[in-house]
Amino acid sequence: MSLSAQVAAGSEATQEASGKRKAPLSEGARAERRLGWMLCAPAVIVMIAVTAYPVGYAIYLSLQRDNLELPNAVKFIGLSNYAAVLSSPFWWQALKVTVIITVFSVAITLVLGMLLAMLMHRTLFGRNTVRTAALIPYGIVTVAAAYGWQYAWTPNEGYLSAAFGNSAPLTSEVPAIAVIILAEIWKTTPFMALLLLAGLSLVPEDLQKAAKVDGATAWQRFTRITLPLMKPAILVALLFRTLDSFRIFDNIYILTAGANGTGSVSVLGYDNLFNALNLGIGSTISILIFICVAIIAFAFIKGFGTAAPGTDIGKR
Amino acid sequence: MMSEKDGPAQRPGGRARRRPGRGRRTWIGLAVAALASSGLAACGTASAGTGPVTLSFYLYPDNSGATQSAIKNCDAQSHGKYTISYQELPNASDGQRQQLVRRLAARDSSIDIMGLDVTWEAEFAQAGWIQQWTGANKAAAENGTLQPALQTAIWQGKLYAVPDNSNTQLLWYDSSLVPNPPTTWAQMIADAEQLAKAGKPHYIEIQGAQYEGATVWFNTMVASAGGTILNPDATKVTLGAPAVKALSIMKQLASSSAADPSLDVQMENQNRLAMEAGTAAFQLNYPFVYPAMKLDNPALFKHFKWALYPEVIPGQPAKVTIGGVDLAVSAYSQHKALAFQAALCLRDRQNQIIGANVGGVPPTITSLYNDPVLFKNYPFHADILQALEHASVRPKSPVYQVVSIDISHLIAPPQGISPAATEKSMISQLNSALQSKGLVP
Repeated sequence: MSLSAQVAAGSEATQEASGKRKAPLSEGARAERRLGWMLCAPAVIVMIAVTAYPVGYAIYLSLQRDNLELPNAVKFIGLSNYAAVLSSPFWWQALKVTVIITVFSVAITLVLGMLLAMLMHRTLFGRNTVRTAALIPYGIVTVAAAYGWQYAWTPNEGYLSAAFGNSAPLTSEVPAIAVIILAEIWKTTPFMALLLLAGLSLVPEDLQKAAKVDGATAWQRFTRITLPLMKPAILVALLFRTLDSFRIFDNIYILTAGANGTGSVSVLGYDNLFNALNLGIGSTISILIFICVAIIAFAFIKGFGTAAPGTDIGKR
Repeated sequence: MMSEKDGPAQRPGGRARRRPGRGRRTWIGLAVAALASSGLAACGTASAGTGPVTLSFYLYPDNSGATQSAIKNCDAQSHGKYTISYQELPNASDGQRQQLVRRLAARDSSIDIMGLDVTWEAEFAQAGWIQQWTGANKAAAENGTLQPALQTAIWQGKLYAVPDNSNTQLLWYDSSLVPNPPTTWAQMIADAEQLAKAGKPHYIEIQGAQYEGATVWFNTMVASAGGTILNPDATKVTLGAPAVKALSIMKQLASSSAADPSLDVQMENQNRLAMEAGTAAFQLNYPFVYPAMKLDNPALFKHFKWALYPEVIPGQPAKVTIGGVDLAVSAYSQHKALAFQAALCLRDRQNQIIGANVGGVPPTITSLYNDPVLFKNYPFHADILQALEHASVRPKSPVYQVVSIDISHLIAPPQGISPAATEKSMISQLNSALQSKGLVP
């Protein structure tokens, strides 16, 4: 992963250098550039059709009063839908739940994933078996796994509920969110571990040995050598997981369906679009989720500075 | 209405060993050819006008077999004009509505007749998805039909569906604990508290979970207190003093010893199970609890009795919320005339008798309630009829779904109610809902 980042960074650097000189293009170079555009065109058209058009249409819908069941009441209302959503306690409740789920599940997944990655990295025998076994939760369809958790926590049916005195954690807010986070962690730790394992294998063994000879403790070697060298891999893993977690839908849909204040922003959007049939409000929520996701991505790239993928390493 | 949890059984992927490449391709080819020809054949009969027209009937899954018998009867009676093809909708009511809405919003012409929950008519009619009933069809639909049931099918003075079956709640009680059933809410709560003091089973089982059932409870209480939730045009929120009265009784129950500790998560089925387990003295529920008790707890069944729903204002009969299903004809159907005929047939006298006896759903033709033959397994029919005649209809509005979700989130869990404040926030939330500004949680 970080190798491709370096390659990308390198090619950007060359482009920058050539841009500065602004030499007139030769006939052959121009033909090549035209060909390049033509080769790209089908992909660009497909991307516009499947991405830009729906996004644009959602923005358009978010500026309308548009209820599917009130076809005669459709009209342009500017930013009123945004005011309605942002002043609604339901939006802030859903955002709070989403942020809590994201922060806890990503933080715990990172720690567990790191431990699992180290374990897989150091395993001497049966390495492939260990890796495959660790990946099983990630390979199970989320909805199927969520049903498993739901039954496990259903009183009189599930073994987990029975183990905790026939409790019904999915029926009240805090325990239900804890169960959702648990299900997320169980499901995504292997993915995190796999991404971190890729980063771990980039840390040169010689460096570790040299540090050991110099008297560095295991903790010092981990914080001073392993972590800094793994930074790009950690960033990618964290970014993927944070964005995924923020858009959480399927686990909640199965476990609680958003009841008792456990709905995420995606569940809120779904309910308003598909249950209330309010295309205006539903699209507004989608756009706000889109903005949140963009902010998260931006914050990560800025926050991690030069370790971000695609950053020019030479400029450091 | 009840959320269905029993998903399809997961089967580990044990697939039969495949045939070698060429054989498989032949099989696929044959299958495609067969599918294509059957599709063509179906199209052919529908458009040619020689054979019977196939009418698609979208309805909740009826496991009793009553719907299937009704369809068979109607196919025979149509003398080759149409055959009805039963398309089962999902189990959960939300899922049924979502599937119908998605198809209708896309102007799907493959739906001819659909079974609508009694709360969807305003929405479907306002959106232009269902056909208005006029002339002879309208007269046939109205003739002898139970008034409150007919009300559910009317939007802005026009008839949009024909009532198929109906439903309402009664008070079920254990006569070994309560020899004389209470007639008011105050009495019932007092009785339960007294039983609690004596250390006997005493819970009042009612639907307190955050879902449509809680809205039904609230609607019954408001109507019984002499109020309404919305005005008839669904342009204004009414509520007011009757709503505050309703909310204070609900709160009173929830904070008394009469409340089941799991009130906050209880739906109809949990209520039934609690009563069958012998922990409750009272239950406010639909008639399906009666045959279930007979089957599950024959000992308790001997003193399992029923009475009319308790009154909110002493001396004034409770106005219990009406449930059930109406049949509507799609605005995009290509066989509307036949669809009206078929819908009328599916809910005719003969088929409603089957519905009541086999399916256990109360009929919507009033005179059927005087037929003693019909009700051998339905000893409470007179009380059901009385309850239905006084029944209240849930607020009729194109945005009913939002209205209902808002209400259930404000009143459940019922311990959280503070009558005056809850009524105030309900007014403001329902007002935004009516202007499409409200979010649903």
